[in-house]
Amino acid sequence: MSDNTRDIIRLSAADLGARIASGAVTSVQATQAHLDRIDAVDGAVHAYLHVAPELALAAAARVDAQIAAGEKLGPLAGVPIAVKDVLVTTDMPSTSGSKILEGYLSPFDATVVKKVREAGLIPLGKTNMDEFAMGSSTEHSAYGPTHNPWALDRIPGGSGGGSAAAVAGYEASIALGSDTGGSIRQPAHVTGTVGVKPTYGAVSRYGAIALASSLDQIGPVSRTVLDSALLQDIIGGHDPRDSTSLRTEWPSMADAARNANVQGLKIGVIKQLQGDGFQAGVLNRFTEALELLVANGAEIVELDAPSFEHAIAAYYLILPAEASSNLAKFDSVRFGLRVNPQGGGTVEDVMSATRDAGFGPEVKRRIILGTYALSAGYYDAYYGSAQKVRTLVQRDFAAAFSQVDVIASPTAPTTAFKLGEKLNDPLAMYLNDIATIPANLAGIPGITLPAGLADEDGLPVGIQFLAPAHEDARLYNVGGALEQLLVAQWGGHLLEQAPDLLELIAAAAEEGAR
Amino acid sequence: MARAELMDFDKALELFEPVMGFEVHVELNTKTKMFSEAPNVFGAEPNTGLTPLCLGLPGTLPVVNEQAVRYSISLGLALGCSIAESSSFARKNYFYPDTPKNYQISQFDEPIAFEGSVQIELADGTLIDIPVERAHMEEDAGKLTHVGGSSGRIQGADYSLVDYNRAGVPLVEIVTKPIYGGEHRSPEIAKAYVSAIRDIVVSLGISDAKMERGNLRCDANVSLRPRVAEGVETPPLGTRTETKNVNSLRSVERAVRYEIQRQAAILAKGGSITQETRHWHEDTGETSAGRPKSDADDYRYFPEPDLLPVVPSAELIAELRAALPEQPAVRRRRLKAEWGFTDLEFQDIQNSGLLTEVSETVAAGATPAAARKWWTGEIARLANAADADAASLISAADVAALAVLVEAGTLTDRLARQVLEGVIAGEGTPQQVVDARGLAVVSDDGALIAAIDEALAAQPDVLEKIRDGKVQAAGAVIGAVMKAMKGQADAARVRELVLERASA
Repeated sequence: MSDNTRDIIRLSAADLGARIASGAVTSVQATQAHLDRIDAVDGAVHAYLHVAPELALAAAARVDAQIAAGEKLGPLAGVPIAVKDVLVTTDMPSTSGSKILEGYLSPFDATVVKKVREAGLIPLGKTNMDEFAMGSSTEHSAYGPTHNPWALDRIPGGSGGGSAAAVAGYEASIALGSDTGGSIRQPAHVTGTVGVKPTYGAVSRYGAIALASSLDQIGPVSRTVLDSALLQDIIGGHDPRDSTSLRTEWPSMADAARNANVQGLKIGVIKQLQGDGFQAGVLNRFTEALELLVANGAEIVELDAPSFEHAIAAYYLILPAEASSNLAKFDSVRFGLRVNPQGGGTVEDVMSATRDAGFGPEVKRRIILGTYALSAGYYDAYYGSAQKVRTLVQRDFAAAFSQVDVIASPTAPTTAFKLGEKLNDPLAMYLNDIATIPANLAGIPGITLPAGLADEDGLPVGIQFLAPAHEDARLYNVGGALEQLLVAQWGGHLLEQAPDLLELIAAAAEEGAR
Repeated sequence: MARAELMDFDKALELFEPVMGFEVHVELNTKTKMFSEAPNVFGAEPNTGLTPLCLGLPGTLPVVNEQAVRYSISLGLALGCSIAESSSFARKNYFYPDTPKNYQISQFDEPIAFEGSVQIELADGTLIDIPVERAHMEEDAGKLTHVGGSSGRIQGADYSLVDYNRAGVPLVEIVTKPIYGGEHRSPEIAKAYVSAIRDIVVSLGISDAKMERGNLRCDANVSLRPRVAEGVETPPLGTRTETKNVNSLRSVERAVRYEIQRQAAILAKGGSITQETRHWHEDTGETSAGRPKSDADDYRYFPEPDLLPVVPSAELIAELRAALPEQPAVRRRRLKAEWGFTDLEFQDIQNSGLLTEVSETVAAGATPAAARKWWTGEIARLANAADADAASLISAADVAALAVLVEAGTLTDRLARQVLEGVIAGEGTPQQVVDARGLAVVSDDGALIAAIDEALAAQPDVLEKIRDGKVQAAGAVIGAVMKAMKGQADAARVRELVLERASA
């Protein structure tokens, strides 16, 4: 790998975009550099389910031609991007990590994909994920897990482990993710990257293969806060094809990130989102980050949010309920996998055989759970109660935000665990989302950015900030400020402390050979 | 299929009190579908004009059709309903291949319109208010064609074809409260109710309302409860059956009568009614058991998370209320006066459920008398013979065109009946049938005179007889001329010409 390639892939998306715009680097060069990197490392990382070199290089050449013709393009024009496989695309298969959609080509692009293409970004491929975004480790992908670029035997988080690993492993400058209960933020936390779940409705869900419609939100995955801000500026805004998308006039997130300042900022810390079950190294980095913010003019306010105790229980009723209905369309009749039972059968038999063969165990578990929760006689006790908890969570947030500007918490209780460690313990897996789920239940935005490495294992730790609905810019402000302070302290981005991925791969190969 | 035992209708009514309820589905004639921009058209090639949403493809999302909301509010207002300040959609979950998402977006606990009533008029002029519980918006399913097998149903079919053109067509479902006290007039009430709904949606212009095309579909719920002596506590409602998709006014009446007779026969023998959907068979005039249906049927309804509540502004409701057409009762009074009909003549139309057809025919240029005569006469006779609704045979425009041809003297009544048969047989418009079959009256005096000359040559004494005052002698010549002209002559004109010749 040439030095030039090495330099290009390590640039932030903003810097790479600036160099492409200035003509210092072409988009074709940048794209080729990332394709080379994918060739070199993705066999071990498995961040991608599908890579589209020809399409990417052709798109890059078009952007280069536009730049050569003097066209003024956006700040990320020509920058390679990874697209989570939950987003449908016309020119690459969209499987949502499931066998039931193997090879599925959509007749339309998801709105966010359309927007990033229009902004000149170059889709490199589709990234791995837990099947239908159900999971916190990508181990539930029907196509095999993704490996954490920090330690290949560890999970990259989930469900968007592929997008996070692609960005952390320099296999893409930036990526698109989806966050239903933490699927952008938790992977960012365990891979030393930045992830943002925008306000519910800030980004169109049209073309996102639905998991739980009232919780799903599309958002950016990147290495810097500014990069996520630039991407949210591109993908945000009202979409007439998504009735739940907001008509809000959004301020520039990039400006918020660039003009970051925490002087006088009131930061709430919630009792229920720390302590029991949180790894010491995670809590230490969290506390230090807060101290750094206080030293720079922020004020900390202790808050109580009693309803959060029930948030996971409520979430794991609402999500499966909606998912059981959203996933009903995968029945073999109009698209996707079809399995004919031996000796033939009725259409119901074919549907049943297809779903049995096409869905993995976690998907089946949640469909059964959701179907049960919605059943007559149980609806009030389960779905109904869960919706009440959801209302209480919203109230707790409203009360909190009447006192503070943003809320801070560790993003997840632990650093990256080992692949296989929690695979057979769904409840332990679900607890990973304890700090991220409340934001989805309330529809508010959240950001996570690297806070350092845990003392115990030297693995990355993230810090999460939450803001009131529509106030996504506050996240980029506080995130941008903290990032600046930490990078100054570390003398560079946290990812620079990651082990060399090529060496890890070589060592793993040697281990395997022995 | 074994024939069900039926009890004599009067006997059934002696023993039992029938209670009815109706669910009428109205397909709205909006430009596009309920939740997508796919065209809402009838009769296109199967599976054309579909959008990804019509197929439930991954990533698609519904968007509410504003026109459908306006139509639904108008219908709700015309049914005398309150319009919900906020109404919401829900998912009704069930697996069936005609339902692309395997759930139907409908309204559950928050319908757009609720608590109304519809006034209907029976044959003898009796007015009855039918209580409406709710009217809610939903999307239609696709259409399945079961190929092979004997029943045309999914059971036993070799394979089934799905046409998703209808999937997502906007529907309003109008649900009545239980209708008590119909007694022996229950079947008549059923028909009058559906007819009244049809009149309302036609006057609003929100549906094509063609029952034979399924634009208007009636599910009729019927239950019986035993009569008890005075002073004894009224028993609870009996178990009901739901007869689905009864696709003509005639059939609604027949299906209700049939179910009363069938259920009475079972109950009188000490049997019990199975709660189930039943299918109406137009050909045999019977219902047969469909799938069992119980109140525990579990559709796992929950709020549709992809859609926001529909919150119509007070201004919109006021605007739609102001634009409502006149009430059916008011309309009936007005039309009766405008058309100058007697009570009997008007009831004749009303009872045949042909008010809309006659009204449209008059609007298309026929005289009220001619419109009434054709619809309640020859067309009704043909419909009866064909076991079909008169409205399904011919359009109002064609009837009007026919009436105008008669009025202008181009057709005699006898010729017009032949033309009518041609139009119903699908040979084209009345004018096209006249041209193709060469049925027009011969109005060329030259041709008539030549025929008269020929007839007189054969009967030379006729002119003498007329001159002697025996005018009826002309009849023989007229008959001969009409025969020679194969009926395509105006007999009155022939008579005139014969008399002229005699006085010359």
